[in-house]
Amino acid sequence: MSGELKETPLREVHVELGAKMVGFSGWDMPIRYGSILQEHKAVREGAGAFDISHMGQFFVEGPDAASWLNKLLTNNLDKLGEGEGHYTFLLNEHGGIIDDLLLYRIRENSFLLVVNASKIAEDYAWMKAHRKGEVEFKDCSEEVAGMAVQGPRSTEVYSRMMGGRTLPPRNGVDDFEVEGQRILVCRTGYTGEDGFEFFSASGGGAHWFRSALSDGAAPCGLGARDTLRLEMCYPLNGSDLSPERSPLEAGLAFFVDLEKGEFMGREALVAQKSQGLRERLVAIRCLEAGPPIRPGAVVQDREGNEISRLTSGILSPSLGVGIGLAYRKPLPRWEPNWGLKCVGEKFPRK
Amino acid sequence: MNVPEKLRYTSDHEWVRIEGNIATVGITDHAQEELSDVVFVELPSVGLAVGSGDSIAVVESVKAASEIYAPINGEVVEINTEVENDPSIINGSPYEEGWIFKLRFDEKPDLEDLLDAGNYEDLIH
Repeated sequence: MSGELKETPLREVHVELGAKMVGFSGWDMPIRYGSILQEHKAVREGAGAFDISHMGQFFVEGPDAASWLNKLLTNNLDKLGEGEGHYTFLLNEHGGIIDDLLLYRIRENSFLLVVNASKIAEDYAWMKAHRKGEVEFKDCSEEVAGMAVQGPRSTEVYSRMMGGRTLPPRNGVDDFEVEGQRILVCRTGYTGEDGFEFFSASGGGAHWFRSALSDGAAPCGLGARDTLRLEMCYPLNGSDLSPERSPLEAGLAFFVDLEKGEFMGREALVAQKSQGLRERLVAIRCLEAGPPIRPGAVVQDREGNEISRLTSGILSPSLGVGIGLAYRKPLPRWEPNWGLKCVGEKFPRK
Repeated sequence: MNVPEKLRYTSDHEWVRIEGNIATVGITDHAQEELSDVVFVELPSVGLAVGSGDSIAVVESVKAASEIYAPINGEVVEINTEVENDPSIINGSPYEEGWIFKLRFDEKPDLEDLLDAGNYEDLIH
C-alpha cells in the first residue's frame, strides 16, 4: 500500500524527525511527530509548521483569466485587488461542492488557486472542460513544495526565516524571489491562528521547512491539523463537504456572491435559497467530558431518535469535550442545550 | 521500547502481572506509543465475570479507539479510576500507575497462552 503513496519533497525531514506516517489522499503524510496534543498546543500558543505539499497549486493567467474564474467560482473575484485572496468554491451545475479552495490575485491577470490534494485531478479536469476565452491554465502541483506555519508566533518565525521581511496582510499574497527561486507566501491557514502558507519549488521545500523549524516552529502533523481546524468549524472536503452539498447547506454563504452575475451552480443555489434549505451543517459540542466523538457517530434527539450522523468529530484538545459537525434539518427555533446525544460505536458490554 | 522481563504479554499489546490469584492488566509501552495521547478510558464494572478474550474496556486516543480484552478468565476485582480521571497516566507510566484493571482467578491460568518478554519483543520488531 505504502508503495503506491506519493512522497512529498519534505519527506526526508519527516523521516529524520521520526514522524508517524499515514496515507492521506494518495500521499504518505506525517500524522504526528510526537504527541498530537502537544502539536495542537504549539499552534495555539506558539508556532507549528505543517507539510502541505500534497495540496494542489493551479496558475491561471491571461486577459480573460478574471472573467473566466469569476464564472466558475462562487466568491466575487472583482473584489480582489492585486496581492489579495479569498476563500471560494468550485461548484457543479447542481450547486454541489466539487472543491473549496483559496484564490489569490497575484497580479491583475495572474491568479493562484490552492486546492485540496484529493481533488487536484478532478478540479483540473472540470476547469479545463469549462475553459473559456484567452487563458493560460496550468497545474503546477507536482513542482511545488508547501508548508503552513501557524500560531501566534508565526510572524516572528517568518521574520527570522526571511531576514526581517514582513508577511503580506491577512488573506494577502506576496510573490518574490530568493536566489532566483520563486516564493509565494499567503497569509492564510486552516487552524484559526495567524500564520502563513509558503510555497516554493519542490527542490527547496525541505530547506524552507528546516528553516521554519530552526526559527521556532514545532513540526506538526495531520492529526493536529484536524483537531485545530475542527475547533474552528472549518470544513474538510470529502468529510463535511461533497458534491451533494451546497455552500449554503454548509453554512458558508458568506463566500458565495449570488449578486455578482452568472456563475456555475448559481441557479441551483438561488432555487435552494428561495425554497429553504433541506439541511444545514451545524456544530455540536458535548456538554460533558466523555469519549472522543468520531465521524459517523449517531446524533440523537431527546427521544433517542437518530437525527443525523457526524461528518467530523473529535475530542477538542482546547475544550476537553467532544466536538463535531453534522448536517441536520433546520430547527424551528433555537433551543439552547436541547439535548443532542452522540452515540459512538459501542463496545459490547456484559 | 520498554518491555519489562517479569511481565507476560498478549498479542493485543496488553501486559499481565500475576501475583497470587490476581492478574493486573494494562497496555504496553509499544501500545501507548502507537496510540499516542490517551484521552479517554472506559473501565469495566467491579464484580464483572469475564472470559478470556472478552472486550471489557476501551482506551481511546485522539485518533483511535482500542479495545482491551480480558487476557484470562476471572472476575474484575479492582479498576484504576485514576486513569479514568487522567488518561494521560497511561502514556506516562504504562506498566505502573497506568494499570487498567485487576482480575481474580480461581483456576491458575495457563501461562503458556501468554507471551514472555522475549516473544513479545519479537512480535513488535
